Amino acid sequence: MTKHTPAPAGPRDAAAGAAARVPGQAGGGRRPGSPKHPQPPDSVLRALLRALPVGPSVVLMLLFLAGPIAYCVWIAFTDLQLSGQAESSFVGLENFRTAFGDEGFINAVWLTLVFTILSSIVGQNTLGLALASLMQRASKTVRTVTGAIVITAWVVPEVVAGFLLYAFFRREGTLNSVLDWLHLPSQNWLYTLPILAVSFANIWRGTAFSMLVYSAALSEIPKEITEAAEVDGAGGWRKLWHVTLPMIRRSIATNLMLNTLQTLSVFGLIWAMTRGGPGDRSQTLPLFMYEQAFKNNLLGYGTAVALLLLLVGALFSLVYMRMLRTEV
Amino acid sequence: MPTSTLTRDTPPPGAPAPRRRGPAGTLGARRHGRRLAADLALLAAALAFVLPLAWLLFASVDADSGLTARPPTDVTWDNFDAVATADITFRPLLNSLILCGSATAITVVAAALAAYPLSRYRSRLNRPFMLTILFTTSLPITAIMVPVYGLFVQINLIDTMSGTAFFLASSQLPFAIWLMKNFMDGVPKVLEEAAWTDGASSMQALVRVILPLMGPGVTVVTVFSFIMMWGNFFVPFMLLLSPDQMPASVSIFELFGNMGSVVYGELAAFSIIYSAPAVLLYVLIARRLGGGFALGGAVKG
Repeated sequence: MTKHTPAPAGPRDAAAGAAARVPGQAGGGRRPGSPKHPQPPDSVLRALLRALPVGPSVVLMLLFLAGPIAYCVWIAFTDLQLSGQAESSFVGLENFRTAFGDEGFINAVWLTLVFTILSSIVGQNTLGLALASLMQRASKTVRTVTGAIVITAWVVPEVVAGFLLYAFFRREGTLNSVLDWLHLPSQNWLYTLPILAVSFANIWRGTAFSMLVYSAALSEIPKEITEAAEVDGAGGWRKLWHVTLPMIRRSIATNLMLNTLQTLSVFGLIWAMTRGGPGDRSQTLPLFMYEQAFKNNLLGYGTAVALLLLLVGALFSLVYMRMLRTEV
Repeated sequence: MPTSTLTRDTPPPGAPAPRRRGPAGTLGARRHGRRLAADLALLAAALAFVLPLAWLLFASVDADSGLTARPPTDVTWDNFDAVATADITFRPLLNSLILCGSATAITVVAAALAAYPLSRYRSRLNRPFMLTILFTTSLPITAIMVPVYGLFVQINLIDTMSGTAFFLASSQLPFAIWLMKNFMDGVPKVLEEAAWTDGASSMQALVRVILPLMGPGVTVVTVFSFIMMWGNFFVPFMLLLSPDQMPASVSIFELFGNMGSVVYGELAAFSIIYSAPAVLLYVLIARRLGGGFALGGAVKG
């Protein structure tokens, strides 16, 4: 078997084979078993054999990821309903027109924006950076304890996190007890400011990721540079702005992108805390999509919303790839 | 990448002499003060983060637990006893184990197979393939669940463990391939070539030489995939219908369901039982993950 050939020979063989094939085709005669040129069919076969292990993954991803996405694009343009309808018909852009005229949809878009900006871009990102840079200076014990607690909040399953934060924000919950103890006014957070409560829940749950990313990034800044800045008289903020942030800007970009993508698709956390309520005051796009598709049985409409969400995600994903493109 | 490497190397390596101008004592004192400030700030943050978790621990052993985190006056294991039944705890956990275990197995095997040619052979298709993988990694899976539901109804996979496991596996696959390929790139080719000269086929080389050498990497991919699936709520929530197939992430709503009559102590006890495997597995791989593991694997390449 030719499999024993060391791999580096592979591409060269293939190139030689391709070159050898050209005159053969020009001659018109294609003899697969030709003893003089065994290379062409052999190298094609070998390329196929080599690619074979990728097969299972490709099949799985085509069936379960690409398939649904294609199906999504199709039924977003139909009036498919969950029950009581024999067949659906093509309705063109009707679903999208409905969406942009639907107060519920506009509401969901706003809430998603607030939720994403507040919890991901402002909350997780800034708090993660703050914790990471504090950890650089803190004593080892404090660093370990804080790290363990913040990471536990991240590792706990999404639904459990939802329950914990539900208990925390309830009228008779921990937050109000603390506020009472501090003689500050308390209120029913899940009723008066549900979107704020779920945003804080997402910060609680997601900060660990940013913290880990920034800890790694900060530890790669050589000490000489920060010390030089200190010796030159740069204070804390100036050092942060002119030295630290520029040096970790790639990590910042990556982290922002991943946080945003993750936050866009949060469902379980909000579902466990408020189910999108009261009313629709914490109903972000994923919950709106779910409600339209399953509570109102408008599968086509729900999917159109899903497609919009997918497009926003894909857009972010493309930006993210451009930032990493030198590294693939 | 090249630019950042350049900036990182800027300090001349030949001059490591400590540049300490001014009185050393002030600098030391300042550093000490700053450490104290940092410690205090971190402890404040830790306190804020620990409050919800403290509620969980206290409520689970409190005979009459409410929603406020307070040390129990009357410590009891009754809550754990109450949820330790087949219907509440054991069957959902077993379902979770079967579902996530089989899905993880599919993911890891498929990812290891796929990573091998991607890491070992050069091909024009590698780069587009890896870019597609990266793109898929960051797509919001939540968004495609409604069409997946529709598709599963059409092809009769709805409410089946196998269908759900295959979907979970596929949704985790892009990231698993990405991580696995990067870990595999770290195994030197020389060892594999030695196996080839000894007459091993490439599959034998993969199983006997490469995978054992990248053991930590395989562990990370396996555990990470499992934790992600264990905590996944939306996928089984959408694709499974019958209550006796529900994994713990969905069945927990039965306990919580009718809000008026929740026994918070039992909810807390069950939450602890359900979260424990994820937390323990994370501790197992925490050191391997190091700082910012996702970037270690995904970004740095």
